[in-house]
Amino acid sequence: MTRNFYTLFLFIFCCSFTALAYSNNKIENSKEDDFDVNEVIMHHIKDSHDFHILDWNGHPVSVPLPVILWTNEGLVAFMSSEFHHDDSGATVVKRKKQAFVKFHEEIYYAGNDKEGKYIQLDSSNHPINDKPLDLSITKLVFSMFLSIIIIFIIFILSAKSYARSKKGEPSGLGKFTEPIIIYIKDEVALPLIGEEKHEKYLPFLLTIFFFIWINNLMGMIPFFPFSANLSGNIAFTGVLAFITFVITTLVSNKHYWKHIFWMPGIPVPMKLFMAPIEFLGIFIKPLSLMIRLFANISAGHIIVLSLISLIFIFKSIWVAPASLLFSVFISLIEVLVVAIQAYIFTMLSALYIGSAMEEQEH
Amino acid sequence: MDLITPDVGLLFWTLVSFIVLYIILTKFAWGPILGAVKEREESIKQALDAADNAKKDMENLKADNEKILNEAKIERETMLKEAKEIKSKLISDAEEEAKIRAKKMVEAAKTAIQNEKNSAMNELKNTVVDLSIGIAEKLISEELADKDKQLKMIEDILEDSKLK
Repeated sequence: MTRNFYTLFLFIFCCSFTALAYSNNKIENSKEDDFDVNEVIMHHIKDSHDFHILDWNGHPVSVPLPVILWTNEGLVAFMSSEFHHDDSGATVVKRKKQAFVKFHEEIYYAGNDKEGKYIQLDSSNHPINDKPLDLSITKLVFSMFLSIIIIFIIFILSAKSYARSKKGEPSGLGKFTEPIIIYIKDEVALPLIGEEKHEKYLPFLLTIFFFIWINNLMGMIPFFPFSANLSGNIAFTGVLAFITFVITTLVSNKHYWKHIFWMPGIPVPMKLFMAPIEFLGIFIKPLSLMIRLFANISAGHIIVLSLISLIFIFKSIWVAPASLLFSVFISLIEVLVVAIQAYIFTMLSALYIGSAMEEQEH
Repeated sequence: MDLITPDVGLLFWTLVSFIVLYIILTKFAWGPILGAVKEREESIKQALDAADNAKKDMENLKADNEKILNEAKIERETMLKEAKEIKSKLISDAEEEAKIRAKKMVEAAKTAIQNEKNSAMNELKNTVVDLSIGIAEKLISEELADKDKQLKMIEDILEDSKLK
């Protein structure tokens, strides 16, 4: 144990020197402008129209991704590289007699060309330009598609491994995935939804669990084509929570609604008092799902990036070992956290679905 | 503020992706995997049930065996008892018969002896009579010469001839 710890420490120490050699270069190159931690972290946490890999000699190197816009003239598509890494609304892309500019990772119709400015800002520095409906394959969408491909490969191979065996036992990848599937089945779906109905909702729970978990894990791998903060994006968690909400509402029975609007077993004034709270609860439950996953995963990314950023803030190589040690430590905790968050999301979804279908017993 | 404003594009793609993922996984992954798991669970349950049944059958068989053994024991005992009875009856019957036969034989022998005795007696009588007559003849022929003697002799003979 102690030996392992020393090995790890030595490894991190060596790594830190490599990282510092690189960071020193970078600091020298950009001595004039101060390192803005907030901007770096927020840039990573948020979505973008191209997948930034690294900076090479002061030039950003990134993978261009398709920009798809639903405009007043219909569908428009082009590669994000046509903006030439411009994010300040200075480069115009023209399609179907329309001009587009990208400003802070949002695409706007280019305004009137007054003094080379395409973006009109209001008093609080928000653009007032019109926006087309942006359906681009952004960094997060790209990452999501990649995760779907990975999930398909993992589970279709798992499913095939059953066909190969004689007595329905898994082999290969199936041996790894089956315990997790059985765990979700026996420890989440079965007790929370119930014996008769759990099989119907099990595919949904499994899909949502692995979708979240694989995306969480992909976000933790710090290089292209991973590292996207998809499951820490409120749109992603919001859609998943919304699906849970829809299912909960669709399967709900009379008993569930009676419990919300006219809680049995308590005096009438309390019934009147509880009804609005319970009614809000219908929406707060999925909202809490959405915010919990979003906040946890974003926080993980922010912590790791902040620790790495310490090196650039202090501009000292001597911070590197500590900050790397801490970021490795946090990453190890994050491995646990991402699995737990995926599990909690699944378990609470099962709980909400199960409680909406509960028969009158008590 | 940007951080908590959902993007319409991402909302759209997430929804589409999730639905596609759900449909394809349900068809090609969850279906076969859960089916196989369920089948296996059922086969395990069946195997356990079968083992239980076999155990019960074994127990029944054992009980049956014991029952048969007990029956056989009882039967053997009754057979032995019967055989003993038959034996003793046979023996007693034979003894009885032997006794009766012996008795009969003894009686037959007795009658035969009596008969023989009677006939021997008769024969003896006849012989004695013949002998006596012969002697008498001789004597008479001799004695008859003397009258007195004749008479005396006749008297003696008559007296002696009273045989017992």
